[in-house]
Amino acid sequence: MSAEPNDERRRADDERRRWMGILARAGAAGIEARLAETAPLPPHTRLRGPETGLVMVRGRAGGDGAPFNLGEMTVTRCAVRLEDGTVGHAYLAGRDRRGAELAAALDAALQDPVRRPALLAAVVEPLAAKQTEARAATARKAAATRVRFLAMETTR
Amino acid sequence: MSGLLPGFADPVADAQSAFRAVLEAMARPGRVQRLPRPPAPPAPLSPAAGAVLLALADAETPLWLDAGAEVAEWAVFHAGCPLVEDAGAATFALATGTPPALSSLDPGTDEEPQRAATLILQVASLAEGRGWRLTGPGIEREHRLQVEGVPNGFLAAWTASRARFPLGVDIILCAGDCVAALPRSITIREG
Repeated sequence: MSAEPNDERRRADDERRRWMGILARAGAAGIEARLAETAPLPPHTRLRGPETGLVMVRGRAGGDGAPFNLGEMTVTRCAVRLEDGTVGHAYLAGRDRRGAELAAALDAALQDPVRRPALLAAVVEPLAAKQTEARAATARKAAATRVRFLAMETTR
Repeated sequence: MSGLLPGFADPVADAQSAFRAVLEAMARPGRVQRLPRPPAPPAPLSPAAGAVLLALADAETPLWLDAGAEVAEWAVFHAGCPLVEDAGAATFALATGTPPALSSLDPGTDEEPQRAATLILQVASLAEGRGWRLTGPGIEREHRLQVEGVPNGFLAAWTASRARFPLGVDIILCAGDCVAALPRSITIREG
């Protein structure tokens, strides 16, 4: 069927989207700490950047209203090329130029199926676990301050 | 896989120096300017043509080109310009082989002649002091420019295009790392 290669493609895209997001949130220090324990990344040349600029964030009132400009945010992007021609990209919030270059180099290396499993296990998964934990910790803190109006009603 | 190559080594400063060279070339038609630090674009694009393209083209300038998929990918990635199939719809036309006829490019309108297309034409070589005799604004008496590799019938097409001034197409000639310009106000006579 013609749908199968499409599904394959979509799965690959989803997978890449996931590691790009994790690397974009990790920051230079986080990535470097993980890289210290793995084989060195293949050498890369910079195609563009790392450079910092602004992007307009747009929203829709209620999720389906007319689009409006919410505000600008600072974004740093980088594109690198490995010797075999593979191109890696990174876009991240803030001004972490080193982090953007590392994330782009990792994105390029992760596209190689031979290197991927080791890099996923050594770099991406630990970073993902850390980010999930940090999110859970914030959620717990927020949950602890939640006011239960129903409970107050019943104690009155 | 993608064979994407880097653009300018220093995007801001190198694009500015390329822009300056094009400005000098336009102000002194027929004088050859050397670009200080051009990029190394994919073949068959010359460094000068690549530099002019990256310095001038952006998201608001539709580009027509005949240099193949690799150059198209490079131009879109670094300049962010949209590509068009029809040379008449382009703001910049980049020709490494036979260029589209001058009459087929956008000559601007009487109200806005500045909206005309610019042809970036890659030629084999450029030399001052011999060849064509150029006269017009920016030239005190005459400048001589020898261009190797222009298509047959170019001078006749240029003379025809010159007749519709102030409409018309400006040309930037690129060879190696050198540029020279032929603004539409220039009259060319065979040397």
